[in-house]
Amino acid sequence: MTVADAGVAGVVGTPMTRREDPGLLSGEARFVDDLVVPGALHVGLVRSPHANARIRSVDTSAAMALPGVVAAFSGADLRDEWAQPLPCAWPVTPEMLNPAHLPLAVEHARYAGDAVAAVVAESAYVAEDAAALVAVDYDVLPAVVDLEDAVADRALVHPELSTNTAYTWELTPEPEAVERAFAEAVHTVSERYVQQRLIPEAMEPRGVCVVPQPFGDEYTVYSATQIPHILKVMLGLSLGVAETKLRVVAPAVGGGFGSKLNVYAEELLCAALARRLKRPVRWNEDRTENAQATIQGRGQIQHIELAADGDGKIRAVRVRLLADMGAYLQLVTPGIPLLGAFLYHGAYDVPAYSFVCTGVFTTKTPTDAYRGAGRPEATYAIERAIDALAGKVGVDPAEIRRRNFIPREAFPYSSAPGLVFDSGDYEGSLGKALDLAGYDDLRAEQRARRARGSTRHLGVGLSSYVEMCGLAPSRVLASLNYSAGGWEAATVRILPTGTAQVVTGTSPHGQGHVTSWSMIVADKLGISPDEVEVLHSDTAVAPHGMDTYGSRSVSVGGTAVFLAAERVLTKARTIAAHQLEVAEEDLELSGGTFAVRGSPERSMALATIAFEAFTAHNLPDGLEPTLEASVTWDPPNFTFPFGTHVAVVEVDEETGRVDLVRYVAVDDCGEQVNPLIVEGQVHGGIVQGVAQALWEEAVYDQDGNLLTTTLTDYLVPSAAEVPSIEVGRTVTPSPTNPMGVKGVGETGTIAATPAVMNAVIDALAPFGVRDLDMPATPERVWHAIRGIGQEGRQ
Amino acid sequence: MRVRLSVNGASQEHEVEPRLLLVHYLREVVGLTGTNVGCDTSSCGACTVLMDGESIKSCTVLAVQADGTEITTIEGMAQDGAMHPIQEAFREHHALQCGYCTPGMVMAAASLLKEHADLTEAEVREGLEGNLCRCTGYHNIVKAVLAAAGDREALV
Repeated sequence: MTVADAGVAGVVGTPMTRREDPGLLSGEARFVDDLVVPGALHVGLVRSPHANARIRSVDTSAAMALPGVVAAFSGADLRDEWAQPLPCAWPVTPEMLNPAHLPLAVEHARYAGDAVAAVVAESAYVAEDAAALVAVDYDVLPAVVDLEDAVADRALVHPELSTNTAYTWELTPEPEAVERAFAEAVHTVSERYVQQRLIPEAMEPRGVCVVPQPFGDEYTVYSATQIPHILKVMLGLSLGVAETKLRVVAPAVGGGFGSKLNVYAEELLCAALARRLKRPVRWNEDRTENAQATIQGRGQIQHIELAADGDGKIRAVRVRLLADMGAYLQLVTPGIPLLGAFLYHGAYDVPAYSFVCTGVFTTKTPTDAYRGAGRPEATYAIERAIDALAGKVGVDPAEIRRRNFIPREAFPYSSAPGLVFDSGDYEGSLGKALDLAGYDDLRAEQRARRARGSTRHLGVGLSSYVEMCGLAPSRVLASLNYSAGGWEAATVRILPTGTAQVVTGTSPHGQGHVTSWSMIVADKLGISPDEVEVLHSDTAVAPHGMDTYGSRSVSVGGTAVFLAAERVLTKARTIAAHQLEVAEEDLELSGGTFAVRGSPERSMALATIAFEAFTAHNLPDGLEPTLEASVTWDPPNFTFPFGTHVAVVEVDEETGRVDLVRYVAVDDCGEQVNPLIVEGQVHGGIVQGVAQALWEEAVYDQDGNLLTTTLTDYLVPSAAEVPSIEVGRTVTPSPTNPMGVKGVGETGTIAATPAVMNAVIDALAPFGVRDLDMPATPERVWHAIRGIGQEGRQ
Repeated sequence: MRVRLSVNGASQEHEVEPRLLLVHYLREVVGLTGTNVGCDTSSCGACTVLMDGESIKSCTVLAVQADGTEITTIEGMAQDGAMHPIQEAFREHHALQCGYCTPGMVMAAASLLKEHADLTEAEVREGLEGNLCRCTGYHNIVKAVLAAAGDREALV
């Protein structure tokens, strides 16, 4: 590759505004609910109000009598529609228990919100009226809510399994080394943290519309999904329909954060009802349903222990988790804790490691992937625990991190749990973050406030994170017993008129892939990004793909695009050399034109070459017509973004209120294709992470009722609760892909939660507070300041 | 019941169910789907439109209550094929990602800027409190609105 070939247009790395925006800003973009489908019927669902109940009877006669109602079904009525239950693609152990999960419950509802009957009507209003008229007789059973209680099996979620434990998964490479480290430790830390359940709350609730095609028993499925490709395979299996009969389209999708990385009951239901009624069938979730029937995130009780020497150098990390599965295993529910299992030593060089996780059923909404998925939980535990260690050793939180970082020269670094970290400069990012924050000045201000007895207590919290993303090397997924690969596919073609077309298997829902992929191709081919069309999220035009989640799109999907463009260029060079009658290496590419070195007048533009490839009148012997290449890229390793975040909070002693007053983030996601998009991902991720620390919690009562079903109860922050974010970056390219990119979709969420909680606890140090459950609500903080433990208040 | 109103300058007249929400009227009867529905408690603001120039949440207003009013939706913001300065500022400052909250956010910003001169960052943040975004962390939305506020002549 010549230097010129590597970056003709130079557009990669520039903050180009997004090509997606005009349609979204004008209201012309079409989300599922915006699609006009003549003759479509609307589904209304009857959901169990009980967390655990036997269904005695379902009476749909009153609903059927309502004008405009076309059909109504109980779970039993539809039982024969399903060739297979809803899929779980990640049986983490061979022994894992996976109870059958049908789209409509037949005999037993296992969480409040579990759908038990469906009505189909001519309008959404009538469907909702009719759903309210379905009479269901329940035999109510004890709820299983508390995780530590659930694991004791006093009441069972699935009595036929005889246990609430779905699986136990262990990662203990050298148990003796861990034991030895604890036996020899000078300082030890033993902490118990609660990862409260979170509701993802994508602004667009879910929606699905299934349109039967007029001939051949074929169906087009429009869904607000992150995973049209995976959904297509799974719908086929669950419905007993050949994959060739299904087309899945994800139109404009209003955010996902993992919650649309799933195969949902409503998707199967709409397809089965469209098949049965031979009419288009659609369903749109309302916000209350979204809280109950879309997966939730987190839900863990973590025990983390550190063994350290006299200098605070960590010699071993030992972790035990209880992970709340909820009532059923959704697509990747059991695997979520495993995505964090390798990262409980964080950014630190720790020689001995032990991790064990028990997945537990409860009578609550299933959990699954939520932004960061396993990695925020791991990062929270180690970043909180290392602050506790700093307290024991008597050093500053920045200093304890410096003493333990994996040093820059150690990369590629083989970690005790068995990963190879690609590249990093952890101390560099810490230093930059402390400088940006003015760390020493903040500490001085904190001391001054304490000295003068201020009731507005300043707290400074650090979080030095590393995460694994770019899901994922297929062979590693095999070793974790995941049922699919982690590759991504791309096709790049230059059309006869000289514009380029990219077909990607990624499925953006806010990440700006149209912009970034066109930049990658434009940069490579030396044309304008506006001349590059990007096709995605429709299995009829992009048949191969593994979709979008796990901060994988740029490092896996973007790399596939990059390599396909490179192959197109190679073929173009061959054709140009043939027609210009020179050797290939004598050609230089500049501004989309191949010219003979030293004789720039002898040249061929890519558009001309594309037309020659299209007519195929004069190609080298044996060369196929058209200028097109397809690449399926299976990454050799994960990528490991890292950074340090600094949160500054003020805690009001009188009210317990916490204000986040500053937030500094220094992230390193390797090379950046579009810094504007990178920063946007960082900002949004951070606020979601802050929200876990300060405001958000899916609250269940002891009967298993979800109390936070609306946005008035579940406190998604507004602009008024958060500050602007001070962003810095370092760039340490990843050696595992040709662009040196890593991934940035989840870093903010991973880093922010412990940074903020460390800041809150730092602010409360004068009161002797060492721990606080999330979210750090005014009530919790007020009680903690007054020395009232959680058991001491109601 | 019969409603007569103006939507983006065009007269509309329809027979509607009394319980029909304005947002559903706009989306399903008038056919303007740019206004989105994000919740059922008027918390998220995705459905924000202007009624006689003031921002309202169209999920909390019945279509019949809008009788005789002038409604502006996101589709009415661009003039003569050119985006409104607030829309331009949103694009320039990457103030949207998935774009679902965006129509409501733009309408709320339009109302805020019309009602207040010389907004500070804190005032913009307070002023947009009724509109939730899950993607951007608000940083770039606030930046875009402040940029648009600084270009007041263009805002008319």
